[in-house]
Amino acid sequence: MTVTVSMTVNGEVVSGEVEPRTLLVQFLRDQLRLTGTHIGCDTSQCGACVVHVDGVSVKSCTMLAVQAENAAITTIEGLADGERLHPMQEAFRENHGLQCGYCTPGMVMSAIDLVRDRPDITEDEIRKGIDGNLCRCTGYHNIVKSIKAGAQAMKG
Amino acid sequence: MYEFDYRRPNTLDEALEALRTAPDGKLLAGGQTLLPTLKQRLANPSDLIDLAHIQDLKGISVEGDTLVIGAMTRHAEVATSPDVRARIPALAELAGDIGDRQVRNRGTIGGSIANNDPAADYPAACLGLNATITTDRREIGADDFFTDLFETALVEDEVVVAVRFPVPVRAAYMKFKNPASRYAIVGVFVAQNSDGVRVAVTGAGASGVFRVPEMEAALAADFATGAIEGIAVPQDDLNSDIHASAEYRAHLVGVMARRAVAACG
Ligand SMILES: Cc1cc2nc3c(=O)[nH]c(=O)nc-3n(C[C@H](O)[C@H](O)[C@H](O)COP(=O)(O)OP(=O)(O)OC[C@H]3O[C@@H](n4cnc5c(N)ncnc54)[C@H](O)[C@@H]3O)c2cc1C
Ligand code: FES
Ligand code: FES
Repeated sequence: MTVTVSMTVNGEVVSGEVEPRTLLVQFLRDQLRLTGTHIGCDTSQCGACVVHVDGVSVKSCTMLAVQAENAAITTIEGLADGERLHPMQEAFRENHGLQCGYCTPGMVMSAIDLVRDRPDITEDEIRKGIDGNLCRCTGYHNIVKSIKAGAQAMKG
Repeated sequence: MYEFDYRRPNTLDEALEALRTAPDGKLLAGGQTLLPTLKQRLANPSDLIDLAHIQDLKGISVEGDTLVIGAMTRHAEVATSPDVRARIPALAELAGDIGDRQVRNRGTIGGSIANNDPAADYPAACLGLNATITTDRREIGADDFFTDLFETALVEDEVVVAVRFPVPVRAAYMKFKNPASRYAIVGVFVAQNSDGVRVAVTGAGASGVFRVPEMEAALAADFATGAIEGIAVPQDDLNSDIHASAEYRAHLVGVMARRAVAACG
């Protein structure tokens, strides 16, 4: 049995037929083909799937598509303004904040939610704030650096 | 995940009706425990009944000397609420240290206590602060609510509506985290309440959250870290697993309890 869901994704109203058990991440990736949002685990621990739901960061693998009815979703694809990257994306690029890039969409989405209105966030606060995002490549150092720079850039 | 039907009631009565009529209905709160469980096919409910649209289950209010937190209040809201921060800062800090930021943006207090994971944080706060759990039909004291591992006093079709926390004189929570899961290997909530001292331990007990009467008595006589130095909890009642042995957990209970007392100031 399927049900109809509608929500706003990256500013556009979308709807689709889903099973109640369809996860938000499956709806985004499989139906909307927004494959920037990744799936890195099945235990809700890695954060590769983080998107914004009504302005706050959420693990889209741990939410049903039907729970997002009428919500406003932002995915990594919705950040850039045409060719111009979001300041946080630019900061990751500038600071070598990624290697394989698998964790990066989730990292960037978590980072934006974390530093919003906190341009002077400290390194400690950043490290604690990205507790829910795992990276197997970078050792986190440059991710933290990127987020610090992104926080400053988002101020302007 | 197995298939299920999804229901979205707008009132508590509609939710209760949905629970009664579904062959095997299950309440869905923040989904941060339930959805991972379903993904692993460890449960197979016929219906998920989403509590997210019931206004009466949401929000934080102050009633005299009591802080009332609706069942569907997210961990992030408790962590940042000015009312909670002003009256029971230890509770705000506890909520702000549950899991990670994304889990806190979805997970709820009602879901956490109904689930009663032996390593969860809120059960320690409920027991330590002598909270009362309000359901659709009755009030249950924290001492009676948490009955065993993942077991509570709730009956099958009962819904947690709110948790009522009496404001303590002072309180603190100290958690020794499992660095991978962020759940408590041992967490100790110490509170000096108007009617006495309570020491509640999560993460360690073989049958879930428990109180330490010897420490409570010692702290009632002298609220200082020195008063509980040397009070050991029996290892027989503690949990041993890949994360920590019962012996290690027993040691941590003492350490975390003393740190909590010190943090009470
Ligand atoms: C990566 C990760 C890390 C975590 N770390 C921690 C941690 O450090 N400490 C911690 O305490 N928890 C932790 N959790 C668990 C988290 O706090 C959950 O949010 C919580 O345990 C369940 O709350 P929920 O609202 O998500 O409930 P759900 O998952 O929706 O429901 C849980 C159970 O409660 C029942 N239920 C829900 N609401 C009610 C109600 N009002 N009345 C009756 N029954 C109800 C449901 O039917 C279900 O059986 C973690 C979770 C994850 C995924
Ligand atoms: S895919 Fe790992 S947390 Fe969502
Ligand atoms: S860059 Fe490879 S997982 Fe983070």
